[in-house]
Amino acid sequence: MRADDPFRDRYARGTRSMTASEIRALFAVAARPEVVSLAGGMPFTAALPFDVVGDVLDEVLAEEGPAALQYAGGQGDPRLRDVLAELMRHEGIRGSGGDVVVTEGSQQALDLLARMFCDPGDVIVAEGPSYVGALSAFSQYQVEVRHVHLDDDGLEPDALAETLEQLEREGRRVKFLYTVPNFHNPAGVTLAEDRRDRVVELARRHNVLVLEDNPYGMLGFERDPPDALRARDPDNVVYLGTLSKVFCPGLRIGWALVPPALRERLVLVKEAADLCSSSFTQAVAYRYFAGYPWRETLKTLRDVYRERRDVTLESLAEEFPAGVTWTRPTGGFYVWVRLPDHLDARAMLAKAISARVAYVPGGAFYADGQGGSCLRLSYCFPPPARIREGVRRLAGVVEEELDLLRALGGVPTADPDPDGDGGRPAGWGGVQ
Amino acid sequence: MTFDCSVAVIAGGLSFEREVSLRSGRRVADALRERGYRVGQLDADDQLVKSLGDGQFDVAFLALHGRFGEDGTVAAILELLGLPYTGSSYDASRLAFDKHAAKSVLRRAGLPVPAAIPLAEGALRELGVGALLDRAMDEIGLPLVVKPNRGGSALGIRLVERADQLPAALMAAFGYDDTVLLERRVAGTELALAVVDGLATLPAVEIRPKEGWYDFAARYTHGAADFRVPAEIDPAVAEHCLQAAHAAHLALGCRDLSRVDAILDEDGVCQILEVNTGPGLTTTSLVPMAADAAGLSFADLAVHLTDRAVARRPR
Repeated sequence: MRADDPFRDRYARGTRSMTASEIRALFAVAARPEVVSLAGGMPFTAALPFDVVGDVLDEVLAEEGPAALQYAGGQGDPRLRDVLAELMRHEGIRGSGGDVVVTEGSQQALDLLARMFCDPGDVIVAEGPSYVGALSAFSQYQVEVRHVHLDDDGLEPDALAETLEQLEREGRRVKFLYTVPNFHNPAGVTLAEDRRDRVVELARRHNVLVLEDNPYGMLGFERDPPDALRARDPDNVVYLGTLSKVFCPGLRIGWALVPPALRERLVLVKEAADLCSSSFTQAVAYRYFAGYPWRETLKTLRDVYRERRDVTLESLAEEFPAGVTWTRPTGGFYVWVRLPDHLDARAMLAKAISARVAYVPGGAFYADGQGGSCLRLSYCFPPPARIREGVRRLAGVVEEELDLLRALGGVPTADPDPDGDGGRPAGWGGVQ
Repeated sequence: MTFDCSVAVIAGGLSFEREVSLRSGRRVADALRERGYRVGQLDADDQLVKSLGDGQFDVAFLALHGRFGEDGTVAAILELLGLPYTGSSYDASRLAFDKHAAKSVLRRAGLPVPAAIPLAEGALRELGVGALLDRAMDEIGLPLVVKPNRGGSALGIRLVERADQLPAALMAAFGYDDTVLLERRVAGTELALAVVDGLATLPAVEIRPKEGWYDFAARYTHGAADFRVPAEIDPAVAEHCLQAAHAAHLALGCRDLSRVDAILDEDGVCQILEVNTGPGLTTTSLVPMAADAAGLSFADLAVHLTDRAVARRPR
């Protein structure tokens, strides 16, 4: 008798690397209430005005119930698309609702665009580190992700130019540049104004489409970020937006604003995937943004996140040992922490969870095994006192690890692929 | 079952094997319900004592793996509450969970175990034991296996083939326990030997990982390892291995159910790696696989274990 998986020879190549990983077992414990989770980037939905949301739901059912519970067009509710086009204007984008395609969160747009553009072996250029969910989406299509270094002002244009030239010399097909210019996930940094035109221009010169992913742009604590890349080159930038952070992720509403030439094909790909997004949640979102004071809620959310950011940075400065550095986000959800070299954030996670604090190890945000001594902290969800406690616990763990490292003579070689997953991001599904 | 019996299936907890345990627990609960038991599923959390203490359960089925569960913690609570439960007592669970202590007992019982050196994190950090690592490596020999002294599912276990891999392997293993073992790597056929009291012997399961070794991913991903039941080894040798497993189960004072992990080495010696008192009961787990090969369904196994605990009810 053989008691193994009867389907094992039949899986598509793009999903074969998806295995149960050690890290997932750890995150199962991290979800327990005893643990301060600085891991997942979950929006603080408790701050939403539930009375208002209730009113909106009633209104949708009373005024358009049958249509809201029916199939709808694949491109999305035209009323909502116009609202979304309006929303983007404050980033300098003069787009039309006619060029917006509504998706199940912007995560689906990442999947659909990779499906639409990528063949196995194609290259996607992305920041290093880059959003783990994008890496997971791309990995299904067997693309190679090349990372370009990021500093406090975001993507480095010189490094981008070098990478694009190198890829050209190698004869590789680069399908797009994937970038999160504002309050980057996981790095927390923002692409400086004086780099934006250069990035757009480099992409155009090298004939590479830009995928601008902007989930956090409206969550600036001090000021709004510079105008979007899309505003600078409407014909070569696909802009991805989402209501997950300015309203809530539970509705699963994101969108792609595409150059007109791409619209029809993207709608076909979307319809092939799921016919259409939920008519009901689109109607809810439309009414919420068209008829209610959503900017007030957004301001509340920004204040909540700003306070949590402040507490995180203060606690890091007070608690963390010398030799640890971190970014200082001016918006969004994340701080990127760099531990002293030779500390392995992935190996340290078990100890951290035993100390009742969780984070995401940096390796998750690279497709090529980098990031081992880095980690991402999310301050969006836990209340300030819990953040303080979590950072304090984590600092204790880092100090213990440094002690242990010194006792072992200082320089262990990297932990050789502990999950047996080749460092591939597939095992990280579900990390926002 | 002819009488009305209410079973608390306890699973989850704060162990790193929480997710696996929840899967085991769900499967046990489904099987017992199907056979007519009244079943409540409880997490091993701060509500556990309250839920167990209110008199609604006749017996507890432990589907816990890893720390705060398989290590006897919950068995001790149940003993205090006077509620009978499946599996080993507090003492036996605790002993089996401490790999190094269990090794000593097994060795004294005449059972072959791979040589190992325990290393405490405190001794490294505060007593300068780092200077002795080379000597420890010489004594055990390369390749060697670094593993947390307490813990399961291969979490934190690393194979060390070169001396320069040792520090990273130690850092990883110390993530799971403050004491780790440097254990001689035994090459050979990997076996899982189920011991179920009150049942005819179940066949040995042979594990053939597809690549590398039987790590966490291979354990819980369908198809990442091949299994042979019964193991494709000489039946007389298999019988000898199963006897050794039974002897190990007895030597540690285990009860009802154990899974003995062993390697049949190249000299035909059955080297015992560890004895699990809370073995996995998921759809990819080895004990259910062995039972299935012997014609015993999962529900039969769950009922058998439950009824053994029921029989221990105070009269």
